[in-house]
Amino acid sequence: MTGARVTGAGGNGPLLKVENLRIALQGDGVTFNAVENVSFEIGRGEAFGLVGESGCGKSITALSVMGLLRRPLSLGGGRIVLDGEEIQDASAAEMRRLRGKRVAMIFQEPMTALNPLSPVGRQIAEMFVLHQGASWREAMDRAEEALRQVRVPSPERRIRDYPHQLSGGMRQRVMIAIALACGPDLLIADEPTTALDVTVQAEIIDLMAELCAAKGTAILMISHDLGLVANMCNRVAVMYAGRIIESQVADAIFATPSHPYTRGLIDSLPRLGERARRGRQRLTEISGVVPSIQAYPAGCRFNPRCPAVTDICRTTVPEATSLPADGIVRCHHHG
Amino acid sequence: MAEQLLSLDDLAVQFKVGSMLAGGIKTLKAVDGVTLDVKPGECLGLVGESGCGKSTLALAIMGLVLPTRGRIHVGGQQISGDKPPDRMEMARTVQMVFQDPYASLNPRQTVRRTLADPLRLHGVGDKAEVEARVIDLMAKVGLRPEHADRYPHEFSGGQRQRIGIARALILKPKLVICDEPVSALDVSIRAQIINLLLELKDEMGLAYIMISHDLGVVEHVSDRVAVMYLGRIVEQGGWQEIFEDPRHPYTRALIAAIPDPFHRAAATVAGAKAKGEIASALNPPPGCHFNPRCPLKADLCTVETPLLGTVAPGHLAACHFRDRII
Amino acid sequence: MRLGANTWIGGGLFAVALAVAVTAPWIALTDPVMDANLLNAELPPSMEFPFGTDAQGRDIYSRVVYGAQISLTVGVVSQIANSIIGVTLGLTAGYWGGWWDDFVNGLTNVMLAIPSLIFALAIMAILGPGLVSLLIALGLTNWSYSCRIARAQALSLKSQGYVQAARILGYGPFRIMFTQLLPNMLGPIIVIATLGMGGTILAEAALSFLGLGIRPPFPSWGSMLSDARETIAIAPWVSIFPGLAIFLTVLGLNLLGDGLRDIFDPQATTRRA
Repeated sequence: MTGARVTGAGGNGPLLKVENLRIALQGDGVTFNAVENVSFEIGRGEAFGLVGESGCGKSITALSVMGLLRRPLSLGGGRIVLDGEEIQDASAAEMRRLRGKRVAMIFQEPMTALNPLSPVGRQIAEMFVLHQGASWREAMDRAEEALRQVRVPSPERRIRDYPHQLSGGMRQRVMIAIALACGPDLLIADEPTTALDVTVQAEIIDLMAELCAAKGTAILMISHDLGLVANMCNRVAVMYAGRIIESQVADAIFATPSHPYTRGLIDSLPRLGERARRGRQRLTEISGVVPSIQAYPAGCRFNPRCPAVTDICRTTVPEATSLPADGIVRCHHHG
Repeated sequence: MAEQLLSLDDLAVQFKVGSMLAGGIKTLKAVDGVTLDVKPGECLGLVGESGCGKSTLALAIMGLVLPTRGRIHVGGQQISGDKPPDRMEMARTVQMVFQDPYASLNPRQTVRRTLADPLRLHGVGDKAEVEARVIDLMAKVGLRPEHADRYPHEFSGGQRQRIGIARALILKPKLVICDEPVSALDVSIRAQIINLLLELKDEMGLAYIMISHDLGVVEHVSDRVAVMYLGRIVEQGGWQEIFEDPRHPYTRALIAAIPDPFHRAAATVAGAKAKGEIASALNPPPGCHFNPRCPLKADLCTVETPLLGTVAPGHLAACHFRDRII
Repeated sequence: MRLGANTWIGGGLFAVALAVAVTAPWIALTDPVMDANLLNAELPPSMEFPFGTDAQGRDIYSRVVYGAQISLTVGVVSQIANSIIGVTLGLTAGYWGGWWDDFVNGLTNVMLAIPSLIFALAIMAILGPGLVSLLIALGLTNWSYSCRIARAQALSLKSQGYVQAARILGYGPFRIMFTQLLPNMLGPIIVIATLGMGGTILAEAALSFLGLGIRPPFPSWGSMLSDARETIAIAPWVSIFPGLAIFLTVLGLNLLGDGLRDIFDPQATTRRA
């Protein structure tokens, strides 16, 4: 227990700062940059969203913050600063201490993240024993309380249940209870509701937002669903093919999307109520396909699909242009 | 009746699950008394969450699961528990587009074979005609002729879904069941496939049953919408009625659950979110199945099963309080 | 697809054995049966007799070369029979399920419970020794593993979307099994057949060793070992060379089977992110 809290007390900078993050993917004799030039900051208690399609690098960005990158992925460069402390070179032991206590994570499929052979109460209690030195007796009492907090009905009975006895929504509640057990400063949620039914999804999102707000926990929310993220987060960054192409305040990203990709995503999805207002319009398509990492185009990686493409897009990587309220966009044709 | 392409009459499908030794045999009422019509050229949106019976309903319509009770009329055929359909005629009437474009194509068959084999099976013997129909349909779904000799792994998810759509249309069916046709695709690809499905519908005069949990998609494509919960239809009506004036609390909960980045007028959905989890279809709550999660729950709801009642012509809701507007 | 070193070594050994069997009439030095000469009995390996001679003075090299024909014929033909029986039963059982599945499962369990060599012995005892009896005995007794694999594959593949799609397109059960299921389970089936072939070659050797297989004076590797029993102390080469032939061929098949398994293993193929 070397107090990782020490620096935390006085920190008034951002809680998490990621700078020029590069994640290398080792292929057959070639190394690709699965993520490059990714920078963002998350303030204390802030909810930050990272949005993108499968393969854009959002999930591995989160894993790198947790120190969980595994072969063939590795940290290629950049800085990850948690509460004033650089953690990109932290040892496995140091990262283990951080995980759970300072940074916690929940996954898309809770069944794979829970131990199938251990009652859920015990799995929550383990966090108190491991990170706070509580006795098992005390820890079990606190586990019951934690289940009550995530609104699992009759927690006194549920603590003895095994994961397979719970529904998907209940399992995700248990995951949230485990993640928030030690009052972490940052909760990373990787597609936490994608595997759940829509009505259950709404409840879980509300629960997560509410608990984190109450405890002052910051959230890094990762999802392919721009609407979901914009609803829950203060700020949103959109990733495409390994780069952040736009980041803005959540309300602004729908009102004034600045990158053609963001605009395309917003325009291409049928929105509830739209047909009643304007009649059935043909959806605006984004042409082409998401490029694979072996075939990322030169210049702006969205250029083969972009309606506004010009020569410079095919040759030069666009620099970040500032938008109001600390937003950025990477497009040659912005403004 | 004659003008309906599909009509379900009090359809029920039940399965026996469990074993004598472990907990006893239980009856799973996957589909529990569904009455529904689809006209030629119409798109019916079918909305529901896991365990609501929409997949079983789809299997029953295609004749792959026989009804326990009730009857299905589809095309010129009648299916009931003791009258299985003619497989070949069925294939020329109803087809399906699958959710997962990766698992739904045979990895060992080229596009040409995937499309040509069914034609030959159904008696299109002339080689030139088979080839012409394959290439023509490929063009319609946006594939180039040189794609014909490629295998599925050479295509992206969106292109695979185009192949899946072509396979469903090769026998010129009248009704296509689309089972979450875009939810497994990349977000930036979905619009292409939705547009394609709508174009093909107009061009070929198809009727669709669009199964989806994405209400935005359902609203966009459907003429009429049916909402299912634990084996029963709880509300059905024209798309405008369902989305603008939902009468069943579950329909309202579904709409309320959609994150709305544009801050839609909150009035219609305030306090409408469902609480708790979907009950098991093996052991549904008595009365109205939705009652444990319902904000309008009253004593009556746990005792008496509400029947589908008329709200307006063509708009039905199975709620004791369907006329109480909140 | 990249092949490991084991696959190459295994495939090479088996290819050599096959080549020897096919070219036996040309590469053998003497006739394996007729050229007995008691004056040359039990000579150690030399320039004239590379592997030495046996108790009847026959050239062991030539007998090993011709023995490959018998051993491999029995191995290949009976394993093909095993695969056809096993895959037919397993595929239909897995696809149809119901009472047929229960029946096939029961039959497989019975087959697995009886040591297959004992079963083959019983059949040989009824049919009498000889090549055809060997093929029948070994071709009917080793299908249980193929059956298990085919059944498991059919069970998992039949829920795939493309199999559903084929049903919806009006494909009958046999067409579905043949065009949708079988091509997608060939990998594991070939692996099992390759490994099984090693087993059949060993079984042939065992039966012939017990005097129930190939009748002397025709050479099979097993019967040669049987002949060498009495002279093993004074003329070890009589048993060493046929023994080595069996060892290398079976080793080759096992390495090849393992290598193929690595190739067909879904875990090893690149997955979508």
